[in-house]
Amino acid sequence: MGDHHHGPATGITRWLFTTNHKDIGTMYLWFSFAMFLLGGFFAMVIRAELFQPGMQLVEPAFFNQMTTLHGLVMVFGAIMPSFVGLANWLIPMMIGAPDMALPRMNNWSFWILPPAFLMLASTLFMEGGAPAFGWTFYAPLSTTYAAPSVTFFIFAIHILGVSSIMGSINIIATVMNMRAPGMTYMKMPLFVWTWLITAFLLVAVMPVLAGAVTMMLMDIHFGTSFFSAAGGGDPVLFQHIFWFFGHPEVYIIILPAFGVVSQIIPAFSRKPLFGYASMVYATASIAFLSFIVWAHHMYTVGMPVAGELFFMYATMLIAVPTGVKVFNWITTMWRGALSFETPMLFCIGFLILFTLGGFTGLMLSIAPADFQYHDTYFVVAHFHYVMVAGAVFSMTAAVYYWLPKWCGRMYNEAMGKTHFWISFIGFNITFFPQHFVGLAGMPRRIPDYALQFADFNMMSSIGAFIYGASQLLFLYNVIATIVAGKPVSDEKVWDGAEGLEWTLPTPAPYHTFEEPPQVPKPVGTI
Amino acid sequence: MGSLRLSRVPAIDTALKLVTVAVAMFAFVFVVMVPLYNVLCDALGINGKTASQAYTAVSTAVDESRQVTVQFVAINNDDMPWSFSAGERVMRVHPGAANGVVFRAMNPTDAEMVAQAIPSISPSRAAAYFHKTECFCFDQQALAGQAGVDMPLQFIVDQDLPTDIHTITLSYTLFDVTDTVTDGLAVR
Repeated sequence: MGDHHHGPATGITRWLFTTNHKDIGTMYLWFSFAMFLLGGFFAMVIRAELFQPGMQLVEPAFFNQMTTLHGLVMVFGAIMPSFVGLANWLIPMMIGAPDMALPRMNNWSFWILPPAFLMLASTLFMEGGAPAFGWTFYAPLSTTYAAPSVTFFIFAIHILGVSSIMGSINIIATVMNMRAPGMTYMKMPLFVWTWLITAFLLVAVMPVLAGAVTMMLMDIHFGTSFFSAAGGGDPVLFQHIFWFFGHPEVYIIILPAFGVVSQIIPAFSRKPLFGYASMVYATASIAFLSFIVWAHHMYTVGMPVAGELFFMYATMLIAVPTGVKVFNWITTMWRGALSFETPMLFCIGFLILFTLGGFTGLMLSIAPADFQYHDTYFVVAHFHYVMVAGAVFSMTAAVYYWLPKWCGRMYNEAMGKTHFWISFIGFNITFFPQHFVGLAGMPRRIPDYALQFADFNMMSSIGAFIYGASQLLFLYNVIATIVAGKPVSDEKVWDGAEGLEWTLPTPAPYHTFEEPPQVPKPVGTI
Repeated sequence: MGSLRLSRVPAIDTALKLVTVAVAMFAFVFVVMVPLYNVLCDALGINGKTASQAYTAVSTAVDESRQVTVQFVAINNDDMPWSFSAGERVMRVHPGAANGVVFRAMNPTDAEMVAQAIPSISPSRAAAYFHKTECFCFDQQALAGQAGVDMPLQFIVDQDLPTDIHTITLSYTLFDVTDTVTDGLAVR
């Protein structure tokens, strides 16, 4: 185990060879923010082209590359690694462990990510361009008709899949083996619970994604016909495999967000989380249901009516555990001593907007109605309400909430609140109109559109520029905090914060809980 | 799982078990999902897939009381250059009766090519009731340059075809599979 009491090494080798969960968490967070800006830049290209009808800035083929890379970079590069980074930083501190269970694997799982995304981004400069088949890469668009760069895309997916699986194995091994004495499962903070369940989902479905891209690779290069009708395969099979991965994937993205919100809302309501046990069971139910609803993404593919009905009702069932969660968050706030610091604002924003996204999800779950909504901007609006206002808002809340603990400095509250309001307004200007153009029939992934959609699209684009710019304010605020924020030394940075991580000194030392703590009282329970 | 230990270190034991799960899920895609999908599609006639092997008729009772319209569609995939057509566009058949139709294909290029016809039935729930006793789609078709061929199809519409189905459309899409079977050509 070596010497426990040395500080971090100096220079670049600190970051290359580190096995410290805080260093690795920091690298994950910065990497994901860089990817967030890259994916955001792609989104700005998309919105700039859609600012007016007609072809303005980019070629249609390049536009398709932008929508594809925007989705891939945001899902696999920004949101997923950001929550892995958060897990690295917080799970050991929340369960009273000195580090992650498998620190060297932890180093690997981070360091194979940047090359994967470098390779994915490099396809932009290859002959034939980057992948242009959408982030869902349906065959045969991604096999027969794909640019040669698809092979690099497949390899990138393989690598980031391996990274995700290693990260999840580490999280499960940590939570199952390294909890402090007295930290029973039902005393774990909800963030740890949601991540534990998320990690199981990842271990189960990332290999399915790897299988799907492996089949693509074999179809393209080795003469198999998994997805080619000519050789006895079936392109529809691709959609089933993809969404068998893809639906659990959306809960992989949102469950850690649920965990974050379940930590922050009680802190600023100065009340314990309402219904802790029901939150745990609801999370597990959502995870289970996520495996039996995948075909609601493919209602129009020509399924038998019985299949449509099964997937419709199973999907609607998810609203029950999700409703339990929303109810519990609101009930936690009910008659609480509320205060509205930036993390709380982002959580309330999450609560309102995620619920809206959930409602549009319910609309989409109705099989007969979905034939109208399918592949329109209504779907785009729906999943941005749950991905951006859900995952990204909660991630932002998490950064504001735990940043003082991490670096011992307080962020600028006025700037944080400004960031929230610009984000909230910009986000809604961007995506709310997309519901309307979608219902009116504007298809997604098109570089040009009919004239009647012009006004709403211009609104959307203006909102997107506002929302995009507000993230630069966020970046500035975070850097300014780390460099020159007002020092804080209270162990509990927030008076309502509960949990083991708030019993540590501020800023959190490089090594924490080398001696397991005594769990003082049930964390997160009444 | 308390009894099964893959390592004495608890964390590594957990990790190894999870690696096993991940590997099993990867294998699951290939050995369960793909075959299961094909079996389900065959069994339930999902996606308008018809059986890929000849049907050996058991009952020959002909339902003279009703007639079903069978339409034939012949199309080329992508840039397949062959001319491909059905001898008859439409037939009226009695369920249970054996029928025949001839498709014609011609290779207008100068090179030998291999084609594969892929059938699809619409409405898809009729697929399970459409039995082919002989079909060119069961095999690949090799044609020398400038050669043509008549390709027979023998079929029976099942007597149990739901009575609300009055029209069945059988479409064949002809795929150029020359590249994937160049080894086969050499043998021929």
